[in-house]
Amino acid sequence: MIPAAFEYYRPKDMAGVLSILEEHGDDARVMAGGHSLIPMMKLRMADVPHLIDLQDVGGMSDIEIGSDSLRIGAMVTQSQIIEHAELAQVAPILREAALQIADPQVRYMGTVGGNVANGDPGNDMPGLMQCLDASFTVVGPDGERDIAARDFYEAAYMTAREDEEVLTAVTVPLPKGGYAYEKQKRKIGDYATAAAAVQIVKEGGACASASIAMTNLSDTPVYSEAAGAALVGTSVDDAALKAAVSAMLEDIDPADDNRGPVAFKNHVAGVILRRAIERAWSRA
Amino acid sequence: MSKKMHIKLKVNGKDEEFLAEPRELLIYTLRERLNITGPHIGCETSHCGACTVTINGKSVKSCTMFAAQADGAEVTTIEGIGGPDDLHPLQTAFKEHHGLQCGYCTPGMITRATKLLEENPNPTEEEIRFGMAGNICRCTGYQNIIKSIQAAAAEMNAAKEAAE
Repeated sequence: MIPAAFEYYRPKDMAGVLSILEEHGDDARVMAGGHSLIPMMKLRMADVPHLIDLQDVGGMSDIEIGSDSLRIGAMVTQSQIIEHAELAQVAPILREAALQIADPQVRYMGTVGGNVANGDPGNDMPGLMQCLDASFTVVGPDGERDIAARDFYEAAYMTAREDEEVLTAVTVPLPKGGYAYEKQKRKIGDYATAAAAVQIVKEGGACASASIAMTNLSDTPVYSEAAGAALVGTSVDDAALKAAVSAMLEDIDPADDNRGPVAFKNHVAGVILRRAIERAWSRA
Repeated sequence: MSKKMHIKLKVNGKDEEFLAEPRELLIYTLRERLNITGPHIGCETSHCGACTVTINGKSVKSCTMFAAQADGAEVTTIEGIGGPDDLHPLQTAFKEHHGLQCGYCTPGMITRATKLLEENPNPTEEEIRFGMAGNICRCTGYQNIIKSIQAAAAEMNAAKEAAE
């Protein structure tokens, strides 16, 4: 499979990237690891006349851990997330999720920025970042702006990022309490049939706060505020789990595809969310 | 047709320079331009791992990288790992433990396994299964691949100890 012809650029700085984007508009796309974009180009599902490789731009490959938040450069790979010992201490859900993405070869190349910017409902990091209330920094001709992960996704492959903007970093408030990223997939390398990201805080035996987001169960990731709210104030007993699952099912909108019919996806979403909440609660 | 690019690679220690269209995938560069046919084309959709090579120290599926992206990089294929007269311990172990049947996936398997053992010289069975999850075999049922990698790890660790 050979993609359609394109012009290739490897600018040395962001100014160079932005000038190519401004010149070519939506005929140009930036590429990080390329492990979402190149397969789409080979299948001729993505037409990219001007391909901008970000590998020489620099300044986007660091993980910085601050006192109340952490910042992940857009070019940080999934394998860097897995190997970063301090990150695994302060935000273990990131490592748990990254370990469930694709396979070793793909994780060496696939980046956090690409995963969140691509807008594919099958990507795992968007739902995770919504659960963690992360924000995405994008830079464009008018400078930088931050967009909340919960406001970023509009439809499949449609996001709040403008064509001439580049996503440069993800900022995550340091997560609190117990965590779980639970994913059901048919095989290694497949997208989720259903996945759930849960972060939960326990105080005096009761749930003080809970954040829940679901992956690949709509044309965008789904942050289910109602599912989290159903757990708050409870001891996360069976009734609370059922209420959270019911609330989540109201928020998702799965489509019938080769991973199963809608009824099956709703069923799997419920099972996966229940497991994720139970595991997160056991760690809270 | 887009402008051809001047690309330089170091493949198995040898400098290579050529002109290629930006859309040329690295696997085609290796196989058809450089006649390095160890890395195979299996699924061509970044699932099977038959095209795995090492690029600047990382295992990469060369069907999912443009040669232009690899410009300036060091590439190692199975040919750079060992040959008929100087088999790598992984190659010997795959032969001795029946780690292959048809052999189609084997260059990618062994190339990936070299990196796995570099990162984790003494992996458990579970770690091998996880670390080799990007390589698909349709013959062996994987059991003998795991045995082969364990045997190679033991051999390499013993050789390293003996050298120290």
